[in-house]
Amino acid sequence: MTQAQLQETANFPVLVPEPGERHWRDYFSFNTDHKVIGLQYLVTSFIFYCIGGVMADLVRTELRTPEVDFVTPEVYNSLFTLHATIMIFLWILPAGAGFANYLIPLMIGAKDMAFPRLNAVAFWMVPPAGLLLIASLVVGDAPDAGWTSYPPLSLVTGQVGEGIWIISLLLLGTSSILGSINFLVTLLKMRIPGMGFHQMPLFCWAMFSTSALVLLSTPVLAAGLILLSFDLIAGTTFFNPTGGGDPVVYQHMFWFYSHPAVYIMILPFFGAISEVIPVHSRKPIFGYKAIAYSSLAISFLGLIVWAHHMFTSGVPGWLRMFFMITTMIIAVPTGIKIFSWLATMWGGKIQFNSAMLFAMGFVGTFVIGGISGVMLAAVPFDIHVHDTYFVVAHLHYVLFGGSVLGIFAAIYHWFPKMTGRMINEFWGQVHFALTIIGLNMTFLPMHKLGLMGMNRRVAQYDPKFALINEICTYGSYILAVSTIPFIINVIWSWLYGKKAGNNPWRALTLEWMTTSPPAIENFEGIPVLATGPYDYGLEKADEGVPLSDPDPVLSGGPNSVLRAEPDPAVAANPEDR
Amino acid sequence: MQSQTIDPAKTELNHHHGVEAVGHHEAHPDHRLFGLFVFLIAEGMIFLGLFGAYLAFRSTLPVWPPAGTPELELLLPGVNTVNLIASSFVMHNADTAIKKNDTRGMRTWLAITAAMGAIFLCGQVYEYTHLEFGLTTNLFASAFYVLTGFHGLHVTIGVLAIVAVLWRSRKKGHYSSEKHFGIEAAEIYWHFVDVIWIILFGLLYLL
Repeated sequence: MTQAQLQETANFPVLVPEPGERHWRDYFSFNTDHKVIGLQYLVTSFIFYCIGGVMADLVRTELRTPEVDFVTPEVYNSLFTLHATIMIFLWILPAGAGFANYLIPLMIGAKDMAFPRLNAVAFWMVPPAGLLLIASLVVGDAPDAGWTSYPPLSLVTGQVGEGIWIISLLLLGTSSILGSINFLVTLLKMRIPGMGFHQMPLFCWAMFSTSALVLLSTPVLAAGLILLSFDLIAGTTFFNPTGGGDPVVYQHMFWFYSHPAVYIMILPFFGAISEVIPVHSRKPIFGYKAIAYSSLAISFLGLIVWAHHMFTSGVPGWLRMFFMITTMIIAVPTGIKIFSWLATMWGGKIQFNSAMLFAMGFVGTFVIGGISGVMLAAVPFDIHVHDTYFVVAHLHYVLFGGSVLGIFAAIYHWFPKMTGRMINEFWGQVHFALTIIGLNMTFLPMHKLGLMGMNRRVAQYDPKFALINEICTYGSYILAVSTIPFIINVIWSWLYGKKAGNNPWRALTLEWMTTSPPAIENFEGIPVLATGPYDYGLEKADEGVPLSDPDPVLSGGPNSVLRAEPDPAVAANPEDR
Repeated sequence: MQSQTIDPAKTELNHHHGVEAVGHHEAHPDHRLFGLFVFLIAEGMIFLGLFGAYLAFRSTLPVWPPAGTPELELLLPGVNTVNLIASSFVMHNADTAIKKNDTRGMRTWLAITAAMGAIFLCGQVYEYTHLEFGLTTNLFASAFYVLTGFHGLHVTIGVLAIVAVLWRSRKKGHYSSEKHFGIEAAEIYWHFVDVIWIILFGLLYLL
């Protein structure tokens, strides 16, 4: 502590910070602490979620009636393009990076990420990319070719808007790749002695799988965007059939990334749910290894399914068969996760707090998305509903019902650790109830719309679809309202909430063995593993006293937790767990 | 590095836990080379995406290159290929030299590598000025310029990295047999660039 800081605290003794508490200016600076960066990602992505949500409600308001009576078709096209781009690239992906940045070093006992400065660079690519995208709406030439930007449509619509979209995505893709390099190196090289791969929390397995997927697929999107930008700016004709090019090649490059992107968006939250459910069920996770390996399986399979988005793009029949089969196979590792979570909850002492409610909501809703996913994997059915609202329903059950509910479960679970304060449970439950009602009211009826044949991405539609669209619109308003208690709750609780202590959930993963919020460099020494990450109900682990301690020598110190003596037979053979 | 005093209580606790705890403030081992390898996987995938697109265009169009495309000369690119491959061995000599603490030898080999890289780039520019097609002539022409240009950009970055290492090495003792990450990183990157060119040469000139 510098002399100036000493002077400052002397003048205001009541404001002496908790260990790990930060000045608000830290969050607006080029800070290299992974915890600051994690929160920077989370708050930034949440702001973009609100912006993307407003765009969604403008789209839904336009669709409330069959007529084009709220915004023009051009504005409508820009709104759905930006809504999708923002929700995917500026909310869900950076939120996953936020949790990974915050939690990975804490969970493996490291002081920070392998490359802290690289980490800060990766974060600071996100705000300019987002602002650039939103600025395009303000200057009046926003991208409007959908979040997929298929040529030749993207080549004949607004040039400036498409250029902005490409630059934004190249920035966000680079950020994603740099983050993944950091996660992979940190997870592979910086685990504490004694933490083998099978002592690693499942969130870490999920982030390992996600990072491998990002590393292999995002560069191919970058390659496609580079070629698209040459077509846009330099007069080449890679994807322009009038010049001998082939637009289907763009679709292959785009979906080679963007279907793995679905798993890049869901795997981190599969990992988060694997942390939340055992803690609030007070049971060991069921099928630890099966869950861990299913993340790897999903990553691998995620790389070889991309053309199922192109069943109507003239892909040859034999290729459609291959992609149909590989797509359906993904249901197996995904099902393994679902059943393992259910088995973990089975017979458990379930705490119906906000984190657990969102986790259970996640599981139920994602299953609905998964079922329609298998339906869409079948070529004959997909040809029928391709580019209809059935697809919109599916992707929102997977991404909103999956990733977004997963984000909220993770926020409610780790909020006490990140802020040192408890979040208000009543308002968390209000948030949950409104979210579930709004989510199902908005997206469930879309399945029927799709089966009836309503195309997506149209501002004007046949009046026979009017009633269902009106229901969807009112559902989206409920979703918008559901965010308000959450925002107020987070701000109020961060400022005035009850002190959390180090381990309010009596959890066993390492992040709960240090202070809330964690001090700089996280642990006073090298943490010592004495139990597995989910040994609830096993011998000694359910006494309410975690057996891992940041520093056994200092177990009586001010920042430590009390601990019982570990069983030597257990501690001596960590690999056998 | 903080000096350590043996603490009997701590030692006993360590034994009791069955895991050796390392002292406070232990410096992290250097993961930069491993990080570079991971980064190069991502770089490799960008090229793979571009190569995949090229092969897709080639396989879906009835005539390749499109009718009327002038023939590519092989002599100059062939010489350039030999030059670039040879420069990888020269670069390896620099790494070998520094590992023997031979700073002067390292600097000499690095300078030669940078020169060979610059010669490669000059050969590329010369070829561009003599080609009978431009960027927008047809699909093959566009692909040719984008692929070789993107690779040329990577060669340029490699040359700049080598020059940066040379610049830093002017300070005595900056690199040694124990401290030579910069040289090793530049070497690995250079080998990567070389391998990419061999693939590219095969795709564009030989197939």
